[in-house]
Amino acid sequence: MNAMTKSAADLRRAARDHIRVPRLETPFHERLMAISEVNDWYNWAGYKAPHSLTDGELEYFAIRSTAALFDISPMVKYRIAGPDAERYLNRLTLRDVRKLGVNRVHYTAWCDDHGHVLDDGTLFRLGEQEFRVCCQERHLPWLLDSAFGFTVDIREETEEIAGLALQGPTSYAVLRDAGFAGVERLKPFDIATFPHEGGEVTISRTGFTGDLGYELFVPRARALSLWDRLWAAGELHAIRAIGYGALNQTRIEAGFIVANADFMTAEAALRADRVRMPDEIGLDWLVDPDKPNFNGRRAILDARRNQTLKHILVGLEIEGNISAEHAIVYHRQKHEAGLVTAATWSPTAKRNIAIASLERPYGSKFTEDLWVEIYAMRELKYQKMMKRAKIVPRPFVKLPRRTATPPGLK
Amino acid sequence: MQKYDALIVGGGHNGLVTACYLQRAGLNVLVVEKNGWVGGAATSRELTPGFLYSNCSYVCSLFRPEIMRDLELPKHGLQVISYEGGAVFTRDGDYLASYRDHDSHRREFARYSKRDAEAYERYARDVTRQCRFIQPLLMRTAPDPFGFRPRDISELLYLAKKFGEFSPHEMAETLRFWTMSISDFLDEYFETDVIKAYLALSGIIGTALGPMSPGTAYVLLHHYMGEVDGSVGAWGYARGGMGAVTQALSRSFQASGGTIRTDAEVSKILTRGGRTTGVVLANGDEVRADLVVSNADVKRTFLKLVEETDLPGDFVHRVKHFKMRGSSGKVNIALDSLPEFPALPEGSNCIRGDMHFTDSIERMERGYDAWKAGRWSADPFLDMMIPTLLDPTMTSPGKHFMSCFVQYCPPKVEGRDWTDADRDAFAETVISQISDYSPGFRDRIVHMEVRTPREIEAEVGLTEGNIFQGELTFDQLLFNRPVPGYAQYRSPIHGLYMCGSSTHPGGGVMGAPGRNAAAEILRDLKRAPEQMSKAHDVI
Repeated sequence: MNAMTKSAADLRRAARDHIRVPRLETPFHERLMAISEVNDWYNWAGYKAPHSLTDGELEYFAIRSTAALFDISPMVKYRIAGPDAERYLNRLTLRDVRKLGVNRVHYTAWCDDHGHVLDDGTLFRLGEQEFRVCCQERHLPWLLDSAFGFTVDIREETEEIAGLALQGPTSYAVLRDAGFAGVERLKPFDIATFPHEGGEVTISRTGFTGDLGYELFVPRARALSLWDRLWAAGELHAIRAIGYGALNQTRIEAGFIVANADFMTAEAALRADRVRMPDEIGLDWLVDPDKPNFNGRRAILDARRNQTLKHILVGLEIEGNISAEHAIVYHRQKHEAGLVTAATWSPTAKRNIAIASLERPYGSKFTEDLWVEIYAMRELKYQKMMKRAKIVPRPFVKLPRRTATPPGLK
Repeated sequence: MQKYDALIVGGGHNGLVTACYLQRAGLNVLVVEKNGWVGGAATSRELTPGFLYSNCSYVCSLFRPEIMRDLELPKHGLQVISYEGGAVFTRDGDYLASYRDHDSHRREFARYSKRDAEAYERYARDVTRQCRFIQPLLMRTAPDPFGFRPRDISELLYLAKKFGEFSPHEMAETLRFWTMSISDFLDEYFETDVIKAYLALSGIIGTALGPMSPGTAYVLLHHYMGEVDGSVGAWGYARGGMGAVTQALSRSFQASGGTIRTDAEVSKILTRGGRTTGVVLANGDEVRADLVVSNADVKRTFLKLVEETDLPGDFVHRVKHFKMRGSSGKVNIALDSLPEFPALPEGSNCIRGDMHFTDSIERMERGYDAWKAGRWSADPFLDMMIPTLLDPTMTSPGKHFMSCFVQYCPPKVEGRDWTDADRDAFAETVISQISDYSPGFRDRIVHMEVRTPREIEAEVGLTEGNIFQGELTFDQLLFNRPVPGYAQYRSPIHGLYMCGSSTHPGGGVMGAPGRNAAAEILRDLKRAPEQMSKAHDVI
């Protein structure tokens, strides 16, 4: 016991130097730094992350036309293992984890007892009793407290595990040429492990772009060699490293939402009316009322039954080509109906698209005659525009190559 | 004999705030102060050549920005500068640092516990939610549920509405927050002793309660309600020491035509037919005024300056039992060089913030046990700062002023008065604690001022040296502060008002009691408070 205590104290002491690098560098930083022409960094969960590396527009077309490499290491990651792992996660999250096979991933979300969404994320089933959760926000106290009565081990592993997203039409070709034999067998949301440098890399056919794409996870120590392996193989397939600007454009096209951008998470919201239930942010399809009890179940079902849901998340197509980011949405150009949370011109759909949070009955009962008020600053003057908006289904861009198995080479 | 429209008893920050607002509203105002300088507990004094001491209060956060702007304090020289960092030294030679950068702060907590590191966000959210509820109440007169005037009813409704904006869950949280101990509260979020000890400090500072005493969670909230330039919860230094606050106030007051008399101690507040007529000074001078506003604490005002027979018996009884217990002392030190703390990494920012040596709540509680027995803590907790690292105006380059707030320190030592020998022994516990973590500390000391409750009461006039003019527990807040039925700055005597920290919303260099008192006085005079801007929105 004494020896153990001592080593904990030693570890604690050794970690003091974190303050020498207040903005952490990801395991791939060396490579990103070498490529970056514009030094356009932002703070992603305490990490230095590129907003763009060379040119955001060209980076966008790498995702949609060739292969784009995006560093996802700052994603918060938890490892959940043990005999009760499945039962525990089934209690914690909205979807039925019993239906999630080994070596499969699903997108899910989890709520507090009031049915308010704490976060969304991806759940990786790495083994019968082993899972990884990837998400935007931090939840360790929530995960640990929820484990009461379950035999399960929960570990935060954000800094230990490096992650890369390889997305775009030639992403499979890159992996094939990098020697990941058998990767062609991966269907969307499949996982497989491959040897790399005497260890393993976990590859899943997942992504945040709505395109053909993969995500690769590797222990920190083998991060750079993985990058180099992909980079070398990608040369002939026009691989390009990208920043968040381009990724964000494609995720809006794909209709994906981002925590604390498109909705406030229950643990971050200071104002009581800012929290959201799954049905209020377009995640109603995740809720599985038929599975055993899960956090927030009663509140969500009560809200459905009593029709007390206050908000709704919709996809909008807006006339014109001026991005409507954070614009106010009106009904009949008069009644405030909500707010655009994300918007972009879609180069692929050639449409002006947006994700908006509306206050019901707008968006539920009143779905016509919606408008957005855009204030576009042009040469120190606001050009004010009232533009017609139409509710359309998400995704805004649907690409057959995303799901084709075996995947195409270009 | 000259007669003033209003006379302020005591030139502390609240007295000066009231004086400024009244003078600007067109009244002819006199401030009388017993010391040879103004400032009360917000002073900067050169107690040894070449060193300016913030010898009572020592950091600034709560002072309301609305007041700074209304009274043009920046023009009169007030600057408040943010500081960063801070650390608790642990007995095993390590430390827990505090950083302004959110992720550095989390990683520092994660050295001790990954769980606590991630729990901090939930903690900060809950504290911020409660602060957002209380902040708008600071600059409003508390409703009087005993009177049924339309104003009181509408203020009660305002409170109910604010409260009503909370979900039932949050209302329950609020009630818990206002009544729990800081130790129980922190236990719900954190598992690490040193993290809890670091955060608990704000819950007991200046309070004659231990971290395990119910009611201390609110005291923490009181210290989080401040801001520096909109950064809520941030603390800063007044450039030039805390006296800069009251110096700017006194310049603003005099610039608008007000008069200050120092070395003028009030010995009696005069009344005739239930109405005040002025004061008698210690030198026998009588000064006439239509209104008298006391910046002194409620006990000093009504048990020493007013004839007890002029007051209702129940009121006197309540004042006598208002809790205003001395619990802290201060050691101010002039240093000829910067002390070293070998536990900290070289060049660490921690030294620019608040430093503590108490690494568990249990140690704090044991310190409180000593106070209950009438002794100062042998192992006190210190809130130690070196403002001269950021403020070049207080001493010459390379030299430093160190402020040590010390708790617990009883108003009497085992029932008898403090002696000089007691005071020196008390100082020794402080110096020896610092020396344990900073080799060679003693050799750097040029001069030292030691203040037990005895010295604080004698100089500043605070009963028992209680820094808040009455403890900030829920039984003594809002319409119960200081006395039920007299929470709106008025007293049982017509024309006699209160403006000190004994009144809502309480202590700290906040200025809100002074401003609110001025608003009530102007209301009674049927004058519009034109020079008084509304409280800033909390949106």
